Amino acid sequence: MGEIKVTEKQIVVPGEVLAVGMEFLPSYKTYRSGEDIRAEGVGIVRIEGKVLKLVPLSGRYMPKRNDVIIAQVVDVLMSGWRLDTNSAYQAVLPLKDASSRYIEKGADLTRFYALGDYVSCVVTNVTSQKLVDVSMRGPGMRKLVGGRIIEVNTNKVPRIIGKQGSMISMIKELTGCRIVVGQNGLVWIEGEPENEVIAVEAIKKAEAEAHFEGLTDRIKAFLEKRMKEGGVPFVKREEEKEEYGHQGYGEREHSGEYHEHHERRFERSDRPREYHDRPRRHFDRPHYSRPRE
Amino acid sequence: MNDEQIKHLYNSLGKGIRYDGRKLTDFRKVVTETDISKSAEGSARVKIGETEVIAGVKLIVDKPYPDTPEEGTLMVGAELLPLSSPEFESGPPGNQSIELARVVDRGVRESKMIDVKKLCIEKGEKVWMVAIDICTINDAGNLLDASALAAVLALQNTTFPEYDGTEIDYKKHTKKKLPIMKVPVTTTVFKLGDYFVVDPSTDEEKEADARLTVAFTKDGEICAMQKGGDTPLSIAEIEKMIDLSMEKCKELRKFVD
Amino acid sequence: MAYTKRFDGRKGFDELRPISAKAGIIPRAHGSAMFQIGKTIAYAAVYGPRELHPKFMQNPKTGILRCNYNMMPFSGSGERVRPGPSRRSKEISMVTENALRPVLDLKEFPNAVIDVFIELPQTDAGSRCAGICAASIALADAGVPMKDLVCAVAVGKVDDKIVVDLNYDEEAYEKGPVADVPMAYIPSADKISLLQMDGEISKKDLIKALETGKKRLMDIYEVQRNALKEKYKPIELDNNNQG
Repeated sequence: MGEIKVTEKQIVVPGEVLAVGMEFLPSYKTYRSGEDIRAEGVGIVRIEGKVLKLVPLSGRYMPKRNDVIIAQVVDVLMSGWRLDTNSAYQAVLPLKDASSRYIEKGADLTRFYALGDYVSCVVTNVTSQKLVDVSMRGPGMRKLVGGRIIEVNTNKVPRIIGKQGSMISMIKELTGCRIVVGQNGLVWIEGEPENEVIAVEAIKKAEAEAHFEGLTDRIKAFLEKRMKEGGVPFVKREEEKEEYGHQGYGEREHSGEYHEHHERRFERSDRPREYHDRPRRHFDRPHYSRPRE
Repeated sequence: MNDEQIKHLYNSLGKGIRYDGRKLTDFRKVVTETDISKSAEGSARVKIGETEVIAGVKLIVDKPYPDTPEEGTLMVGAELLPLSSPEFESGPPGNQSIELARVVDRGVRESKMIDVKKLCIEKGEKVWMVAIDICTINDAGNLLDASALAAVLALQNTTFPEYDGTEIDYKKHTKKKLPIMKVPVTTTVFKLGDYFVVDPSTDEEKEADARLTVAFTKDGEICAMQKGGDTPLSIAEIEKMIDLSMEKCKELRKFVD
Repeated sequence: MAYTKRFDGRKGFDELRPISAKAGIIPRAHGSAMFQIGKTIAYAAVYGPRELHPKFMQNPKTGILRCNYNMMPFSGSGERVRPGPSRRSKEISMVTENALRPVLDLKEFPNAVIDVFIELPQTDAGSRCAGICAASIALADAGVPMKDLVCAVAVGKVDDKIVVDLNYDEEAYEKGPVADVPMAYIPSADKISLLQMDGEISKKDLIKALETGKKRLMDIYEVQRNALKEKYKPIELDNNNQG
């Protein structure tokens, strides 16, 4: 009979023995070495029965299917765009996935997305050679105009978003800023300058204290204090339900340059992924991931 | 940043607030430390916010330049180490690091900080050569000011090694310091649209249209200057920038006194 | 002729100089660390996985590790060191790569590179070993998949004594034979990933030196692990900071 050598939520380092015995199984960021299960990185231990895995605390973003990310246009191609994803691998946004609106061949692609533009998009495919495809057809995907971009640790993104988006919604509500969080660690913020500073502080604080108890309350207290000290009044924004990039619901922002023929509204509801009560178009692909825990 | 984002930045600057909450004329926290490398004859570490540079001084005995047979020599080198930023690569010094070295050099040399006549050992044959090397450790913007300050502190911290006339014993140090006459302090002012800021963050530095590095002596005389960036400046703007730099240099002077 | 007392006053011939380490000291890097042993200080920064240039170096089957070891011009014990790569620094970069590669799993980063930069502001022998120790911590700090940390120290023989962690004076000992043996060790595999030798030593003494080194290396390993754990230790919230 073997033994588990660590406790749940303990922080371990590479090579550290987590358990001894062949009945234990390695999983994410752990490996077997002889009779031992060892850590493959710096992380927090999670024990699920006989399976030992780690929640990593660092490591650069690796593009994954269904992730919603913020990317920057670095090249305009013949039939699409090349994007920087804040990882070792660039992505391609093909023409056919750039927008729900039909873009004809030969159109000037920079009218839609030009060099330097930031967009929110979803990763649709990653090959074994790490060729990455993205799409902007989907609720909430759009060019992010103005505002500013900060970078956070990609491993802390789930915590910054919070359960069902609770953390980020709170920050948005209390500062009046529009915020989009990408799984790749890029965050877009736009609001009154004083409030943006506070929103950034709150996000950085959530990032630093991501793994400790009572985070939501602490951030809330922090925001209330800072907004009282230095925040400025803002106009409450009702409609933007989904901007933290992990859900498939929410109203899509209409970017000034081009607008839809029909107004598309996606109500947030408990309905399954298919939208039954509007005509299905052949290029709809409304399959996005569930919120990450 | 793209154009819309630059506009957004200017909007914030127009309200007197920078992205990290500072005022346009605020420096981040400055922390200095000397004698951080025991193998150097003099050394210093300067942190401005998260930007960190180290400067080290090595003294060598060498032949003087033929046109100044009684003067010691000074050499300033700078390396933008790839350690300190994802944007720096290994390899021979690029324009940025050469400019950094030469701007710091100008500040130290032209201010006549060191009395080079006192570095003469034997006229025409042997003089002390002072080699300052600046190594960046973390680039979070404003390497210029951090480097200039580190170089000055390292020089103030330098002591001569023992020299018996033929060989230097680097292991034994005397208490004799470099002959220092004046102490220059440097501040660079950056132009972002219509706004002037000091001590920029990485993002601000990237978007700056122009910059003016000015070094002052204690009595308020300008002893070195360098304009960078490709946007031209009017005389009125230059005057404003010099004023702002002088104000900041007065504040920074407490670190060198 | 015998070497009776260590130049720097250390009591044991297998005693290490004081060691200290810190992780995450270079905010812009993806991972970083400082490692100090005696008067030798090494900084290491890791960038990656990131795009690899030049393209011909890309490997479609796996990411590659690229190490760059460099001494700052004022870090030598004597004269100024001319900046730029030398044959010595290129060789050290290569053996450092070989010392670290066995613990890394880079298969999930095809065509990408993990860049490790090692810089020394101050040296007193044992610099390549200090560099490897710092680089190990930095790689773990960067979240690169690693089976274990790598620890390294220089062992050898000074005159008639087997020693661990030679300092500059011991390396330069002139009154008798000296052997300087830098070694790097992977504790979980019980294997040596770097081994070099300058000087002269018998096989028997070499094996003894390596065995002694292995034991002392566990002290370095502990310091490396603690540097990482320290960084990720819970932040103590002080009462003023409630929020």
